[in-house]
Amino acid sequence: MTEPLQQADHLLKAQRLECERDGRTLFRDLSFSIVPGTLTRVEGPNGSGKTTLLRILAGLNDNWSGHIHWCGRPRHKQWDSVRRNTLYLGHRPGIKGVLTPMENLQALVAGRQAVSRDVLSRALVQVGLGPWQNVPCEHLSAGQKRRVALARLLFADEPLWLLDEAFTALDVEAVAAVERLLADRVRDGGAVVMTTHHQPALDDMQRILLGHGPGQPAAEVSDEPVAEVSHG
Amino acid sequence: MGSRQPLAVPLLDPVNSSPGVWHAMVAVLRRDLRLSVRQKQDLLNPLLFFVMVVALFPLGVSPESSFLGEAGAGILWVGALLATMLSLDHLFRFDFEDGTLEQIALQPQPLFLLVLSKILAHWLVTGLPLVILTPLLGLMLYLDGNSVAVLCLTLLIGTPVLSLIGSVGAALTVGLRAGGVLLSLLVIPLYIPVLIFGTGTVMAAGSGADVSGHLALMAAMLVLALVLAPLAAAAALKISLSAS
Amino acid sequence: MWQFFHKLGSPKWFYGIAGRFMPWLLGAGLLLSLCGIVWGLLFAPQDYLQGNSYRIIFIHVPTAFLAQSVYMMIAVAGVITLVWKMKVADVFVRSVAPVGVVLTLLALFTGAVWGKPTWGAYWVWDARLTSMLILLFLYLGIIGLGYAYSDEKTAARSVAVLAIVGVVNIPIIKYSVDWWNTLHQPATFRITEKPTMPAEMWVPLLLVVLGTYLLFGWIAFYRMQTEILRRERRTRWVRELVQTGGQSQLKTGGA
Repeated sequence: MTEPLQQADHLLKAQRLECERDGRTLFRDLSFSIVPGTLTRVEGPNGSGKTTLLRILAGLNDNWSGHIHWCGRPRHKQWDSVRRNTLYLGHRPGIKGVLTPMENLQALVAGRQAVSRDVLSRALVQVGLGPWQNVPCEHLSAGQKRRVALARLLFADEPLWLLDEAFTALDVEAVAAVERLLADRVRDGGAVVMTTHHQPALDDMQRILLGHGPGQPAAEVSDEPVAEVSHG
Repeated sequence: MGSRQPLAVPLLDPVNSSPGVWHAMVAVLRRDLRLSVRQKQDLLNPLLFFVMVVALFPLGVSPESSFLGEAGAGILWVGALLATMLSLDHLFRFDFEDGTLEQIALQPQPLFLLVLSKILAHWLVTGLPLVILTPLLGLMLYLDGNSVAVLCLTLLIGTPVLSLIGSVGAALTVGLRAGGVLLSLLVIPLYIPVLIFGTGTVMAAGSGADVSGHLALMAAMLVLALVLAPLAAAAALKISLSAS
Repeated sequence: MWQFFHKLGSPKWFYGIAGRFMPWLLGAGLLLSLCGIVWGLLFAPQDYLQGNSYRIIFIHVPTAFLAQSVYMMIAVAGVITLVWKMKVADVFVRSVAPVGVVLTLLALFTGAVWGKPTWGAYWVWDARLTSMLILLFLYLGIIGLGYAYSDEKTAARSVAVLAIVGVVNIPIIKYSVDWWNTLHQPATFRITEKPTMPAEMWVPLLLVVLGTYLLFGWIAFYRMQTEILRRERRTRWVRELVQTGGQSQLKTGGA
């Protein structure tokens, strides 16, 4: 169904996106492409619509207008493929307190990928949860719960990752480890779009800028595209 | 706007294969059942509620066997209906709040089938126990053996319909903080036909009529609900997710 | 055709066109229903069984009719909201749902008043009255859900789903209530228009029904105009309408 990607083909292309929320325009005329092998950071002040944009790209939010293409074809004509090939981790990553890390991973992954228990177990060891594999997640700290969610990145095969505040509650070492993981991923040809509070120590980042400073709604800026995507 | 790739960069090709629908549905079902087993409260509360509501009628109206024998089927049906309704708010709420629902909605399988799985899990932990408990309560309300048997049969067909219709209401109100009361308001009018046919069938059986036609009618309602409710619930969930 | 459809979706265009239709709807509606009511109340013959008390059908039947059709219309508007995302469809739902409640209440009230001389009690669990009561619940659900969401689009789409689910259920509810009624009261007198109703009765009734539909159209447009102004209050055309000679127009729009 999906054909192999050509070099420099975009994975996802957004044209003239516009989103309004509670009567306020979050962004307008937003165009950008996500290309394999790139890391894109969505930037902007609080309330500028970073999470909303990520949810739009994931296909969770449909209160928007404009065009989104996936691998050269309109996205809404190939939802199966889009969903299978996009990994979205929201800031509430779907970890259940009464389930163990292993059970959580199994449930989250079951519909996407056939992954053996061994692989999951190794991923949990790698994120430092080896001894906690069979402890219900409600007994884990916030950072440890976040690690359970992020363990998915160690075996995920989706070409596009959308990470919303993936670094929340992680300690310094874990942040560095995730950054290394993302850099490796990009080098292998994956595409990552993310929002973060801290400035990640990653070079070669694309940027999508939302909003124009606090107190100044993006809606007021009419003709100029609100977003600019610069490379490097 | 897009940037050119250096030729040496490898590419990840889109993945074509994903686990089958069946596999994904079973996974959703297993997780929900596991959650219910670990949180026994969820399993027990509707049952306790059912028993207590039923116990109120002899206390509040009359313990006479003539009244209870006449009204018993209705009391048990209303009790089961209220108990199911009470448990509906939890059907999607926890999943919505911890992000599980997003992950389910983003799976490559059709959402309505995964929702159907969740509804099945809901019925297995609320509706089915209610049916199993009914003979005992039926005896306490002086129902005769034949009526109890027909009552159980109607509940067996009817409670899945309650779960199915209720899932639409639950999906519509999941994004609201105080959705519980509104949920009842939305769902009760839609429950009325099930209630009418459920109690009517038992009454007809009590007067010695052949009820196979009634049961077939209820089964038709179940089929209709099975086909339409998951679709409506999935559409409603997408709307709720879109707003969060 | 598509252009027309597109235009219909524009609140501004709709505001203008509604204003042009409204006087006609009001005039024709008043004329028809007044004719029908005067004819029905003063000149139509007495019913051989119920005497004069049957004359309440000239209010009861149109309101009950309309209450049910308004729910259907809301469901159709819901489909339009979901499929074409047309704003005006949602404006319609918002504006018309309370009208539906009032109509349902009127039908219930007149039914109860009619019930007193006919059955000797204000409320009898008659199939029609019970169905109307359930319809009232359905309406209240729609209004409750609509106000529960602060975001207009979410409210609109949620209400649309609910209305469609409700409409699928209405025939089932009706059938089940009729069945329940025969089960419990096999021999009561039913409020039904007898097929043998003489023309002197059904012609005025038809006039009132038609008139009420037209009047409903007027009320719907009136309320929709108000709702459009409220929603579009930040746009330029509404501001201009308010500032310039639109004042008089605004009044007819019922701001």
